[in-house]
Amino acid sequence: MIVEKKIWPESLARVPYWVYQDEANYRDEQRRIFEGPVWSYACLEQDLARPGDFRTAQIGELPVIVVRADDGEIYAFENRCAHRGALIALDEGGSGAKDFQCVYHAWRYSQQGDLLSVAFEQGSNGRGGMPKSFCKEEHAPRKLRVAVLANLVFVSLSDDVPPIEEYLGDEVLGRIERVMGKPVEVIGRYTQSLPNNWKLYAENVRDTYHASLLHAFFGTFRITRLTQGGGVLVSPDGGHHASYTIDAPGDETSTAYKEQGIRSETTYRLADPSILDAVDEFGDRIQLQILTAFPNFVLQQIYNCLAVRQIVPRGTNAMDLHWTYLGFKDDTPEMRRRRLKQSNLVGPAGYVSMEDGCVGGFVQRGSAAAGGELSVISMGGDTAATMDTRATEASVRGFWKIYRTLMKV
Amino acid sequence: MDQKLLQLNAEYARALDDDRLEAWPEFFVEDCLYKVTSADNLKRGMQAGLIYADSRNMLRDRVSALREASIYERQTYRHIVGLPVRLKSDDAEAHCETPFLVVRIMRDGKMDLFATGRYLDRVVEEGGSLKFRERLVVCDSSRFDTLLAIPL
Repeated sequence: MIVEKKIWPESLARVPYWVYQDEANYRDEQRRIFEGPVWSYACLEQDLARPGDFRTAQIGELPVIVVRADDGEIYAFENRCAHRGALIALDEGGSGAKDFQCVYHAWRYSQQGDLLSVAFEQGSNGRGGMPKSFCKEEHAPRKLRVAVLANLVFVSLSDDVPPIEEYLGDEVLGRIERVMGKPVEVIGRYTQSLPNNWKLYAENVRDTYHASLLHAFFGTFRITRLTQGGGVLVSPDGGHHASYTIDAPGDETSTAYKEQGIRSETTYRLADPSILDAVDEFGDRIQLQILTAFPNFVLQQIYNCLAVRQIVPRGTNAMDLHWTYLGFKDDTPEMRRRRLKQSNLVGPAGYVSMEDGCVGGFVQRGSAAAGGELSVISMGGDTAATMDTRATEASVRGFWKIYRTLMKV
Repeated sequence: MDQKLLQLNAEYARALDDDRLEAWPEFFVEDCLYKVTSADNLKRGMQAGLIYADSRNMLRDRVSALREASIYERQTYRHIVGLPVRLKSDDAEAHCETPFLVVRIMRDGKMDLFATGRYLDRVVEEGGSLKFRERLVVCDSSRFDTLLAIPL
């Protein structure tokens, strides 16, 4: 879609709909954001337990290979052969990779992404081959920086991005470490294709205002209600956030939802409430924590249901959400079963996440002819500051704060 | 038994496709397991499913959540269920595998091939009819479009 007038209002609390539609803007995002001064989530450190283990990932449109080399270090490089641009690794991951060979013309790369050999470099029977001037050291896919933090591997193409700890800030960092403090085990992987621009999901997951309104399941069972304790932390640059709900006895008597006639207040009750049999495994009464790191990372703790979600844009109108369900290596069988039951809350069929799967598409379609109109993001004011309530859109404005900084708009 | 197996699979699909979701839990015994997973998750021993119900009441909760709480666009399925293969059986139960294909029809008429895969079942006889003690829905793909609301 070509948008004639690309307006950008001054206020963080207004966002024009063309940013979810415009293809030139989408290409700019790749350059300024995904290849810019950010740290993108690539995979779990657990995915790269042994030398030769590798994963492929997509950072925006950029395909990358992340690999643990024989020297024990983790390296990342563009998954693009320096010869003709073909993917070097085709699978989502593997093990025992001593090197990587492009299938097209068999150019071979080291675990560090350096070009090791070119098939028939000297030609055949003295004829053909690469020119004498061809220097393998000058030809390689782009290399990315790697940062490992709390079981998570982040990558960046930027030399200017600050160290990951500084990038995330102390508050959000603490919230990651709160959940990811022990060795994890992957207990499920699924991909959900969403019919919307990636930013609509990035906003949705930062939007603490909608959770108990859209999701009747949450509201009715008091997993999270805006009348419960909690708040939202937003990093100084706006890009990263953590929202949390604290178990608050006595909330049952609140009638705020009923008084406002909000749909999520229902009389719905479970026949088998074992799905809600949660334990306070982190010892801080935080029942729910949703955390994002700009641009593509989400960490979720809903009761004892833990998952990492990775955002992959697929053009202006589509994206993939990669779900990695987690347990801890030291889970008891009871805890593991609890996580399996609670996983009903999330993912493509989740009592909660199902709705986040479709609501972005509702916005994409609803605003299809409204490129010049503005979305209103005014709950809680017009700043992106940390607040001790979730009846705010502060962390959504935070997303736009870092977005506009990076996009220079 | 084989005729009953065919009937069980046909009635199961028909109940879901006719939007008689309330009948769906009744195809299972009380102490059951219903899980939607994928071939890749199964192969790697990853246990978490998209749907994981280890009691008939959890299936009933799925249905009442869909009816009363969940928000999703109106849609229906058409299941095409292949022939069951009996992998092993004794007096107590039969282990079966049955391929399926599900077309999703959205409210605006758009039709998509939504899921393909196989059911891995443990079937028992209860009160004169066959029921599922376990039904693993093993989807061929781990990718799901938008959301999975109606059970497979």
